[in-house]
Amino acid sequence: MSACHRDFRASGWLPWHAVAVFAFLYLPIVTLIVYSFNGQGVGGFPPRNLTLDWYRMLFADDAIWQSVLNSLLVAVAAVTIALAFGIPAALALDRANFPGKAVFRRLVLLPLILPGIITGLSLLMLFREADVKLSLVTIILGHGTALISVATTEVFAGLQKLDRAQEEASLDLGANYWQTFWRVTIPNLRLSIIGAALLIFTLSMDEIAVSFFLIGRDNTLPLEIWGRLRRGITPEINAISSIIFVFSLVVIVIWYRLRVREGQPEIAAELGP
Amino acid sequence: MVATTNEVSVATGVKGTTTLLDIRNVAKSFGPNPVLRDISLQIAEGEFLTILGESGSGKTTLLRIIAGFESADAGEIWMAGERLDRQPPYRRRVNTVFQHYALFPHLTVAENVGYGLRVAKVAKDEIAARVEQALAMVKMAAFAQSKPAKISGGQQQRIALARALVNRPRLLLLDEPLSALDANLRRQMQVELKSLQREVGIAFVFVTHDQEEAMVMSDRIALLRLGELEQVASPREIYSRPATAYTAQFIGHTNLLRGEIKDGIARCSGLSWRTGFRDGPALFSLRPENIRLANAATASGVVRLRGKISRQAFHGATELLQLECAEGLMVSVRTATRENWQGELELEFSPADAVPVRESEERH
Repeated sequence: MSACHRDFRASGWLPWHAVAVFAFLYLPIVTLIVYSFNGQGVGGFPPRNLTLDWYRMLFADDAIWQSVLNSLLVAVAAVTIALAFGIPAALALDRANFPGKAVFRRLVLLPLILPGIITGLSLLMLFREADVKLSLVTIILGHGTALISVATTEVFAGLQKLDRAQEEASLDLGANYWQTFWRVTIPNLRLSIIGAALLIFTLSMDEIAVSFFLIGRDNTLPLEIWGRLRRGITPEINAISSIIFVFSLVVIVIWYRLRVREGQPEIAAELGP
Repeated sequence: MVATTNEVSVATGVKGTTTLLDIRNVAKSFGPNPVLRDISLQIAEGEFLTILGESGSGKTTLLRIIAGFESADAGEIWMAGERLDRQPPYRRRVNTVFQHYALFPHLTVAENVGYGLRVAKVAKDEIAARVEQALAMVKMAAFAQSKPAKISGGQQQRIALARALVNRPRLLLLDEPLSALDANLRRQMQVELKSLQREVGIAFVFVTHDQEEAMVMSDRIALLRLGELEQVASPREIYSRPATAYTAQFIGHTNLLRGEIKDGIARCSGLSWRTGFRDGPALFSLRPENIRLANAATASGVVRLRGKISRQAFHGATELLQLECAEGLMVSVRTATRENWQGELELEFSPADAVPVRESEERH
């Protein structure tokens, strides 16, 4: 009886511990969202006079929306470049034999580990040497090349799990190598490719370090926000951040659903409650 | 119905007489290790041929060379008058049922079966009709819209079969397709597969390590050992007339008697009998079921031996006894079941049942 009692008291701490961790992780985000509705601006506690004024102001702010469009453009282009180079690189790593393969496998990961400042600075020097004018194009090239490693590693992991007998079955049934690639290999890699695309998209959307070196006249969203913060925080920034947060949440939920529906329970368990 | 067709097939043996596939002197090494050495084998139209061998015998490699997934280092393969081994796998009129089926997980059962036809750009209506027919043939019509992950192993096996046969290949290759199934389902599939083969009339090349499976299903068995063909013959022939000691031991159970033939008399561990084979050292295979309890009425023309029972194994319908005879000779005897086996037994066999076999040389 008393042993039961002690057990109960000991386990009573655990939920509180969990709450504390959760608060540490999410309180800043909650604050950010709550203050985006605060009539008094970023100051004052507790928040008063809930209002949508900041959102109204945000939607009227052309500079912000231009930077959002720029960021979307950069992210989509970066995804395209990274996948276009990353998928063949992963295929080469998985099934071709060439001298220096082991070195290549390690080097392709390097941009992922390298600090953004170094990547940014070296790209800046390269573009200077090549006499390329800084613009969104240079940012796209910067993001695209830096993120090829993400595409390569994700797709390579997918290829390692692929049952090679399936490709042989396809050849056996009369499909040539090209048809087999499109009808069997790519559909099997679908989740890896979508996963890589989402990851690259997200990384590109909030990338600051590399963009900072390569920026021309057009701002991306993170740089626009950063520029404004130097002039002081306005709840407009909270508003755009809240929208980005909700957007990211939706993307994650879609991604999760997709994986669960495709019947990958091991990943469901990983991300699940 | 199924059982009767099976009986008939065993009785008729090899059916077709025209050669469909001609494997000529095929050899293959992986690095320094020879996997296949000088394999020559003909497969007739409509034949059910089993390539039987232990793991590492090269049987799967031979199958993959026929399918086109591996290329031979030497030799040629011809099919119906055309050189096959120079063609890529997708041009060969050969289809394969893979060991773990290799169904496409992203396609439904019907899409899996229709894959080959879609790639060949067959008209849509015809694809639908042939897929339906193929699914009906393997009794899987109800699962047309399921994904492969949702059906059982035995069902996946049927779909793999339908997916291959729907393309009307000249030759179907089966790479241990039953090895993933449990024993009962496996026996059932053996019978079904055999009757299906008779129905479609396509030549099957079936790879297995299971000698019983090979015996039940095949018109002919090609026994592969360490990359060389040990013997190619019908199941009955290979069982009753094994060419080598290895064959005799691998197919079924046997006693190997080592002795000598001199002046038409075979002598071996104190036993002797008249034989027509030529003089010299000899090795005889004597099946345990060909040794029986001595019968006073058949005193002449048989070889008698006495032995003490040292071990006994109950197999249901029969019993396998291990007997210790004179000069340290150990023999296995298969008899009808009886309650109490004890002490010494008087046994006999007919000299005709002692089949001379070649020694199987050691190879590495």
